[in-house]
Amino acid sequence: MVNQTVVNVVSSIVARYRGERRYLMRMLQEIQSRYGYLPRRALEELAKLTGIPLSEVLNVATFYHQFKLEPPGYYIILVCMGTACHLKGNLDNYEAMKRFLGLGKYENTAKDGTVSVEKARCFGACSLAPVVMVISRDGKERYLHGHVTIRDARRIVAKYRSLALKKIKGGGS
Amino acid sequence: MTWTLMDKCCNRCWHSPEYPCRHYIRCRLSGPLCHEDVECRVRRSRRLKEIRYGRHGFKINVPLASCTIAAGAHEVYEAVVKEVKSRGILADIHRTGCMGMCYIDPWIELSKKGMPSAIYANVKPSDVPRIIKEYLEGDVSSAFALRNRTGNAKGEDKVPLLDELEPWRNQVRWVSRNCGIVDPESIEEYIALGGYRGLDRALNMRPEEVIEEIRKSGLRGRGGAGFPTWLKWKIAREQPGDVKYIIMNADEGDPGAFMNRLLAESDPHRVLEGMIIAAYAIGASKGFIFVRAEKPLMAERLSKAVEQARKYGLLGDNILGRGFSFDVEVILSAGAFVCGEETALIAAIEGRTRPRQRPPYPATRGLWGKPTIINNVETLAHVATIMAEGWEKFAKYGTEKTKGTKMFCVTGSVKRTGAYEVPVGTTIEKLVVEIAGGPPEGRKIKAVQIGGPSGGCVPASLLSTPIDYETLQKAGAIMGSGGIVVIDDHSCMVDVAKFFTSFTVAESCGKCFPCRIGMKILYDILEKITNGEGSEEDLEVLEELGNVIRSSSLCALGGTAPNPVLSTLRYFKDEYLAHVRSKRCPAKVCTKLVEYWINPDKCTGCGTCARNCPSKAISGELGKPHVIDKSKCIHCGQCYIVCPVGAVEKR
Repeated sequence: MVNQTVVNVVSSIVARYRGERRYLMRMLQEIQSRYGYLPRRALEELAKLTGIPLSEVLNVATFYHQFKLEPPGYYIILVCMGTACHLKGNLDNYEAMKRFLGLGKYENTAKDGTVSVEKARCFGACSLAPVVMVISRDGKERYLHGHVTIRDARRIVAKYRSLALKKIKGGGS
Repeated sequence: MTWTLMDKCCNRCWHSPEYPCRHYIRCRLSGPLCHEDVECRVRRSRRLKEIRYGRHGFKINVPLASCTIAAGAHEVYEAVVKEVKSRGILADIHRTGCMGMCYIDPWIELSKKGMPSAIYANVKPSDVPRIIKEYLEGDVSSAFALRNRTGNAKGEDKVPLLDELEPWRNQVRWVSRNCGIVDPESIEEYIALGGYRGLDRALNMRPEEVIEEIRKSGLRGRGGAGFPTWLKWKIAREQPGDVKYIIMNADEGDPGAFMNRLLAESDPHRVLEGMIIAAYAIGASKGFIFVRAEKPLMAERLSKAVEQARKYGLLGDNILGRGFSFDVEVILSAGAFVCGEETALIAAIEGRTRPRQRPPYPATRGLWGKPTIINNVETLAHVATIMAEGWEKFAKYGTEKTKGTKMFCVTGSVKRTGAYEVPVGTTIEKLVVEIAGGPPEGRKIKAVQIGGPSGGCVPASLLSTPIDYETLQKAGAIMGSGGIVVIDDHSCMVDVAKFFTSFTVAESCGKCFPCRIGMKILYDILEKITNGEGSEEDLEVLEELGNVIRSSSLCALGGTAPNPVLSTLRYFKDEYLAHVRSKRCPAKVCTKLVEYWINPDKCTGCGTCARNCPSKAISGELGKPHVIDKSKCIHCGQCYIVCPVGAVEKR
């Protein structure tokens, strides 16, 4: 009955914003904060309830960076790709993390669903460059690591991976 | 609940959002105005003193903004709370914003009556007990800087005054004056420091007079293009119709620029005040704050400011009894760099995507087809300050064509990363070397990238260029929102150009093909060059294609996207030539053009590199130095990345 709850969630969100087009971004943000990403089923339901064509919903959902169409890991490791961080080697950190997790070019989430590694836009913490931010899927936890070296990069991945494993096993998520 | 300046002094005060008093703002500080009562007057001055020195004459400022929190300010705050409690001392622990000197984050400031106000830099939670102990014993010798001297404290003469420090002395803190001083979540403190006086003054003038005041000040939009603010307002004002909108662009997306976040997090009421003034000037009754969801603290502080302003009748119907009604809605942006473009920003608020052709400009046809003004955070903060201080004080600074001050974020290869406010026309050198301290020892400035992905690189030989819109344009860069990234000799200019190009390729909305396809081709050519497969012909194509994209793109994103490539081509042709002719990367950044070798003196023989080498080019016995077989090496750089002791070197 998973789909039934998706219907309930989406319809209550749509009702709150009266299904108005101008709140499309807001409605998508609420769906994402509920699921951690935008499930296809929820988008279809949103389109049906608001009368906004699904193609238009997908247009907005794929255009803005905040939206994810795939479920992320328990922890999302955001590697800043701002200018200062790039010059100080954050791309190497990113590559090292992906390699550590054995991820291919277009893969971002570890197979066990513990962590995702993503490139991110500037956090505005350039004085700590290169910077890596880790957030939990539900947005409740937020950690920042500054002056990250390649060795730190691997430690960070290992740390959050084992943390996530504990939480998933402990009935979290 | 303690009585605050915002509350009624006694029952004779009748101000409320429903029945607003015209003199509410002025009355907060110099009141009571409508009646005479010594007690009411004393009450105000006592509260003002409390705000200034704390309720117990001892105040500890801890900055809580995204940047300082990232550096550990929350933990420091908790340590301060704990220490104050365990010592049983009476002190106000006071939250402030960031003062822009990121390199000393997190800092704390202790001020006690009779003692100099002392700032401590790079504080760790474990330092807090010692700092408080020393300060209370009258010893400030370990402070980073003092705000003032009293002659009472030990070690005072050894610590410099804040005003004597290079990064502070050379600034003009006009719009950032409250940053690091005021509590960003308190409207009362903002008003105690003279806030909302500008709004009060503006509402006493006709809207045309407000526009005239801004015209005289010479303020130009601080978001990038530098369009005169008054002219934009005038156009919108003159449009027929009752419904007009104002949008605050707080969707800062330029990598390496964070002055808007800093301002909105540290002094949000100033920005909001500017927005209300702008709304009054153009006749808008509804405003939107468009702020990135990825910057949650900025959104939270702006939302709080809106709530507080509404509570005391500075937003809503009949503001301060002047018959002007205006309210604000905060919109969380899901984030796209192209939203810095006005029509794309409007599309985002309407629930759509992508920019459109201009004209018509938003000032005539904008949000939902109505005249709309979009001003960025810093511009609006300037508006509030100009209206409070008068245009003359603002116009005193700057160059003939561009008046006033501008905030710049200096990052990259400098000793003192930070956001600094200087008069427009200050030279790049002064900003980067004197204020930000120049590159670390042993490094040399090669170039300065100004204006982010839309800007360009200015070579070290042009460091004496004054920063304003026109001179930078001539040099091939733009002022942009004011992000300055210092590039030293360890960075490759082709790689830098490729970095910015990859940014714009990812951010191109895809609507018009010069930007969508052209930028991708530019990127592919740069990729080819950094892989050592480029030819001199490619350089010609880069230049020609760059110019085509610049002149034929639909919006300013595409129109400026080739700037990083064109400016590096112009000033650093030799580096491009080294890549294509001798297949060499002079800065040893482009991995394909670098030779890796293992330094036998450092190698511990752990074998990590050999296990990670995808082409099995590394061999050696465990515990003994390894070697790379050049004929098998594919230059992927993995060994360099994985080596735990840094024995893999580039040459």
